[in-house]
Amino acid sequence: MQLIVNGTPHQITADPDTPLLWVLRDVIGLTGTKYGCGVGQCGACTVHVNGQTMRSCSLPIGDLDGAEVTTIEGIGSPATLSVIQQAWIDNQVAQCGYCQSGQIMSAVSLLQATSRPTDADIDAAMSGNLCRCGTYPRIRAAIHDAARRLQGA
Amino acid sequence: MSRLGTITRRGLLVASAAVAGGVAFGFYRYVQDPANPLVPGAGETVFNPWVILRADGVTVITPRAEMGQGIQTTLAALVAEEMDLDWSQVRAEHGPASATYANLAVAAAGLPFIDYRDSRMKRLAEGAMDVMGHLMGTEATGGSTSTVDAWMRMRQAGAAARAVLVQAAARRLKQNPMALATEKGAVVAPDGTRIPYGALAAEAVQIAPPADPVLKDPKAWRLLGKPLPRLDMVAKVTGTATFGIDVRLPGMLFASVRANPAPGGAMRGFDAAAARTMPGVKAVVDLGDAVAVVATNTWAAFKALETVQVTWGPAPYPATTDAIMAAIASAFDRAPNSTLRDDGDVERALAGATPLSAEYRVPYLAHATMEPMNAAAHLADGVLTVWAPNQAPTVIRDKCAAAVGLPADKVTVHTTFLGGGFGRRAEFDYAVQAAKLAKALAGTPVLLTWRREEDMTHDFYRPAAIARMQGLATADGPVALTAAVAAPSVLANQARRILGFAPPGPDKILVEGLFDQPYGIPNQRVTGHVSDVAVPVGSWRSVGNSHNAFFLECFLDELAHAAGLDPVAMRLTLMRGESPRAAAVVQAVAEMSGWSSPPPAGRARGMAFCWSFGTPTAEVIEISQGPQGIRLERMWIAQDVGLALDPRNIEAQMVSGAIYGLSAAMMGEITFADGAVQQQNFYDYDALRMSQMPVFDTRILASGGHPTGVGEPGTPPAAPALANAIFALTGQRIRTLPLNKAVTFAA
Ligand code: FES
Ligand code: FES
Repeated sequence: MQLIVNGTPHQITADPDTPLLWVLRDVIGLTGTKYGCGVGQCGACTVHVNGQTMRSCSLPIGDLDGAEVTTIEGIGSPATLSVIQQAWIDNQVAQCGYCQSGQIMSAVSLLQATSRPTDADIDAAMSGNLCRCGTYPRIRAAIHDAARRLQGA
Repeated sequence: MSRLGTITRRGLLVASAAVAGGVAFGFYRYVQDPANPLVPGAGETVFNPWVILRADGVTVITPRAEMGQGIQTTLAALVAEEMDLDWSQVRAEHGPASATYANLAVAAAGLPFIDYRDSRMKRLAEGAMDVMGHLMGTEATGGSTSTVDAWMRMRQAGAAARAVLVQAAARRLKQNPMALATEKGAVVAPDGTRIPYGALAAEAVQIAPPADPVLKDPKAWRLLGKPLPRLDMVAKVTGTATFGIDVRLPGMLFASVRANPAPGGAMRGFDAAAARTMPGVKAVVDLGDAVAVVATNTWAAFKALETVQVTWGPAPYPATTDAIMAAIASAFDRAPNSTLRDDGDVERALAGATPLSAEYRVPYLAHATMEPMNAAAHLADGVLTVWAPNQAPTVIRDKCAAAVGLPADKVTVHTTFLGGGFGRRAEFDYAVQAAKLAKALAGTPVLLTWRREEDMTHDFYRPAAIARMQGLATADGPVALTAAVAAPSVLANQARRILGFAPPGPDKILVEGLFDQPYGIPNQRVTGHVSDVAVPVGSWRSVGNSHNAFFLECFLDELAHAAGLDPVAMRLTLMRGESPRAAAVVQAVAEMSGWSSPPPAGRARGMAFCWSFGTPTAEVIEISQGPQGIRLERMWIAQDVGLALDPRNIEAQMVSGAIYGLSAAMMGEITFADGAVQQQNFYDYDALRMSQMPVFDTRILASGGHPTGVGEPGTPPAAPALANAIFALTGQRIRTLPLNKAVTFAA
């Protein structure tokens, strides 16, 4: 089967019930997407599949033939930061950083759907992403910040 | 000048030849003999660097675990400031496991002194380190001590490096070194000639550094005292930071383990016939007390592991939560392990009076770091290499060496980024498992990853604890207080695991946050009762303070209400004459929260204080009753960190600590049935989410001197502030955590 990850096609021969998360991490070697719970409870594994926000720990690879997957590595690199990543840096959001790939993936989707999210929008979109370090106040600030920049305001 | 400084200044500074392609500077201190750390003998030139100069900048060895608290950035800034580096030239690395990086301050954290009366630095100065002396060679991150410990040492390492670079430039330019300046990683001559440090390295390393390098006047600081961009931030927002779970090596296999669902219980045997035939499975390994499956990917290992039929031994502790709590309570019937505060005459003060009495209880808690336990290991050619997100690399090295039967000098430990630590990663269990797997699959690198369920059920938990409180207050304030705490001993458990024996004497950690608080109650006694319940326990962010602040600060609130006193005014009265630093943070948080005026309609506030890790912290939380339950609306935190090295990072830790404490207070609980831990994953051991956040407001006080702890002190006041607010809102006094057993919180 084939997966297109961050624009690059990959031929995958894994057991079809293998979750996308482990194909990304252990087969393709893209480790930016994290394992936190394996049961859709923490959001550490959040990616975009065909443009939708998904928990990759709960998506068997067998259902994904031909799917287009975007991971944190596809959002921007240290040399080519996205606006959202730059807002994260300017607000010094990350602490341990382990949840942040998933947080950013959820925030990207939120901002694609809602250009100027309210606090309530942020609560709704981001509450599936756990952060044990408690970076939520800065995540909120960074999302508002990124929204302003994306609108050129 | 503290002893810490004295030791360093009198230590021998040596510069070595090239290290990892660069030139390194640093101190060698004779830590092998902590009783006599002052004079290294002749030929003692073992070298452990802090500073590596490279053509493109400076790598600072920051030998404390970066687990979110920003420590690499702050420690690197200590060196960068003294070397006059441009921040963009600075990198940080954890460095190797070595006794040279021993954390002196953490060894002192277990000593039974009242911190606000006798600060930790002073304790070090008095050499009062005998009890924990065995831990002297331990490179560890904990007790919010990293900055305290590095404060002199790492600035001096930077200053010494700068001194020899200036000397080298002076020789080359035939100028007086006094005439030369440094800026942005270069020596600058009066005529404007700039020589980058990199161009001076080879000459500089030949020069004997000064034994007592002059440190900058803080007024001249350009980096310290100001918010610095964290060195790890770009990597952490691009998915390029390497955590333990991200270590990848050629030919690597992936493993997972299952140990007894009753942690500490034995494994009697297993049948893995089904697992061995599953796709991707390469090996099933008996680890003694756990079974591991090694496979071509982590998922294959998880899946195969589920099919292994295991016979487990019984739990080494009572089988249910109720029985465990009863066993802990029975410790009250035995003589106390400690009476670390006994002021005035409590019996006389309480005689004939009707004191207020209350019993408080808190449950076991998991750390639930975001990154589950993991470690990678590779055994080849008689050398073991371990990659572990860990808080104690020298312990990991020694325990892994013992586990595979190698001398410690054949073991290399790489500390990766930690996806949270909170004390959990001060343990070594996960790394030893990885080392055993590396031995079983010699020649093949193995990454061991625990399932979240394994992580939740095999923690070294914050112990459950019970407090029996008695107090008497008049219209002038509390006149008598007795507090007895019963809990399993974290100190004894950890010492037994690491050293093989438990130190005798009073367990300070059991009663910290209670016996050592700046309250001048004329008659007060605090006793600690050690329980031997064998559920594995360990350090959990703020350790004993995490439960004792809840006990004391809620009970003080009870006393205030009983006597008709304002809780803030009552505390200020008690602190007067004890600690102006403590009173100042209480005053600050009262001001910030508008304590003297009533909260908006439908809202209520609660306040609490705790002095922990050298840092007095006061918190006020404001809550409301909504249709779906209680909502956290606002939270104010005031904290005196002595000297604020990076205010923006400190603010992050204040808020982080409070959220960690609130999560535990509201919903955190590990329970036992049939000996097994019941909670499995975030669906039954959750934490606060974005939608539950109050609005935070913080104020950093810096009363001067040296930096004090910031990673943990935000945690202890959170639970009692919230419980006190709930009393103010509903009239319900909740004395047992978690709070969601008694009230409903909005999601
Ligand atoms: S790992 Fe997928 S939601 Fe937690
Ligand atoms: S930054 Fe550590 S879990 Fe979110």
